[in-house]
Amino acid sequence: MLELKNIDAFYGNIQALRDVSIKVGEGEIITLIGANGAGKSTTLMTICGMVPPRKGEVLFEGRVLNDVSPEKIVQLGISQVPEGRLIFPDLTVQENLDMGAFLRSDKDGVNRDLDQVFGLFPILLERRKQLGGTLSGGEQQMLAISRALMARPKVLLLDEPSLGLAPLIIRQIFDIIKQINRESNTTIFLVEQNANQALKVAHRGYVMENGRITLEDACDKLLANDAVKKAYLGL
Amino acid sequence: MEYFLQLFLGGLSRGSIYALIALGYTMVYGIIELINFAHGEIYMIGAFMGLIVAGVLTAMGWPTLSILVIALIIAVLYSAAYGYTVEKIAYKPLRGAPRLAPLISAIGMSILLQNYVMLAQTPDFLPFPRLIPDLEFMGPYANFLATSDLFIIITSISVMVALTMFIKFTRMGKAMRATAQNRKMAMLVGVNVDQVISVTFMVGSGLAAVGGVLIASHIGQINFAIGFLAGIKAFTAAVLGGIGSIPGAVLGGLVLGWTESFAAGYISSDYEDVFAFCLLVLILIFRPAGLLGKQRSQKV
Ligand SMILES: Nc1ncnc2c1ncn2[C@@H]1O[C@H](COP(=O)(O)OP(=O)(O)O)[C@@H](O)[C@H]1O
Ligand SMILES: [Mg+2]
Repeated sequence: MLELKNIDAFYGNIQALRDVSIKVGEGEIITLIGANGAGKSTTLMTICGMVPPRKGEVLFEGRVLNDVSPEKIVQLGISQVPEGRLIFPDLTVQENLDMGAFLRSDKDGVNRDLDQVFGLFPILLERRKQLGGTLSGGEQQMLAISRALMARPKVLLLDEPSLGLAPLIIRQIFDIIKQINRESNTTIFLVEQNANQALKVAHRGYVMENGRITLEDACDKLLANDAVKKAYLGL
Repeated sequence: MEYFLQLFLGGLSRGSIYALIALGYTMVYGIIELINFAHGEIYMIGAFMGLIVAGVLTAMGWPTLSILVIALIIAVLYSAAYGYTVEKIAYKPLRGAPRLAPLISAIGMSILLQNYVMLAQTPDFLPFPRLIPDLEFMGPYANFLATSDLFIIITSISVMVALTMFIKFTRMGKAMRATAQNRKMAMLVGVNVDQVISVTFMVGSGLAAVGGVLIASHIGQINFAIGFLAGIKAFTAAVLGGIGSIPGAVLGGLVLGWTESFAAGYISSDYEDVFAFCLLVLILIFRPAGLLGKQRSQKV
């Protein structure tokens, strides 16, 4: 469904991705793990058209996305929950959600999806009129996920959703991610440093080091892999 | 008391013009963090377009009030087109360049537009027809308030209310706020940021044109250089209120208008500019982010 083929990406002269190839099948949860600075966020930004690749191809449902604008990519069905959540701090919770549905014109569908995200995260309904910036970290993460869902994506990209959150909230967020995948068959591309949790949620995993993919396998295999255990699971 | 009221209303009228122009500075700054030094010239160009329309329609014998309305509309559209073009030519190619580059480009644009109008029109002052008629019902109140002041106040307030509704409730307004708060995230939800920037320039320019036509008709003459002082004053108002903040621009404009009006009325009109800038310095010492501005760290 979504495929990165031999991607090289740069910031100016600095190369962030080297020959990265990743395949995501429809309905799958895949995870990309790696240390800080490995190139995980860049990978997601490349998919979203924010950091266009210099070499290689991003393919989505058979279509090359390399030169497609970020807004068109959202329209095609890819939404990102970026690192650090990037809530619009002076928009209300409701307005943040409206922005998620910015490109949609099907009012009824938008309202239905709104009910759905309020079902997933009832706290957001309670905080509907509050400014985004006044929410706690966990609530902001819920809002960021909901905002992305409001675009009704086929593929949901999540960049370190557990970052800076308490263990209990992290569990809740990962449960919801599984639920989203199960109930609406949304394909999920999960980037994490929290390898232990991510590998338990996802079906397949990729390991990235210094801009390269160094390992890929089913998650249970990765969890059992000695190198992964040592480098990412702290065992 | 009567004198106080007169100064108060005069200050309100003057301040609402500053506010109209200040909004353009603050909206552009809010979105791309650029001080658009050519904004005063857009105001001046709006006034000139108003003059041209007024000249043509007066020659055709139209009634004054309808001339005013049409002059306003055409000046707004014309200035909006200028604002759009200036952004595309002078700022867009420099996006992502070091901050000094677009600033210099803005100053260049300001000089260019002034000289262009000077050459295309004339370096001399041109008389501007009084488009705001004296109204009968003003009779007993005319001592406090000229009809043109009243008209300026009402028009400015209406325009600002309309702007607030636009920003608060429309899709484009929300996109503007989202872009100002986090451009990257706005792009990630599918906002066309180029389009938002263009609209911001057009709206700000249109507001300046409203100010330009109203004040030109009030004062009765214009030349190519009127944008300079008006621009600096309005910029002062924007900084005073907190640059980037829309209510701040309105408040800053009014505070500046009142300061000048009272300083001129109670002390001496020679000192009104001095007081205006002293006020700016004072506020920046005690509230560096302006009256309603947010103390925020440099964006990265
Ligand atoms: N905007 C940027 N400009 C320049 N270099 C960047 C930028 N963003 C990331 N990088 C660099 O690219 C590399 C990969 O970063 P990133 O994709 O953010 O890694 P990760 O998400 O795995 O922590 C790092 O070396 C980082 O310093
Ligand atoms: Mg990252």
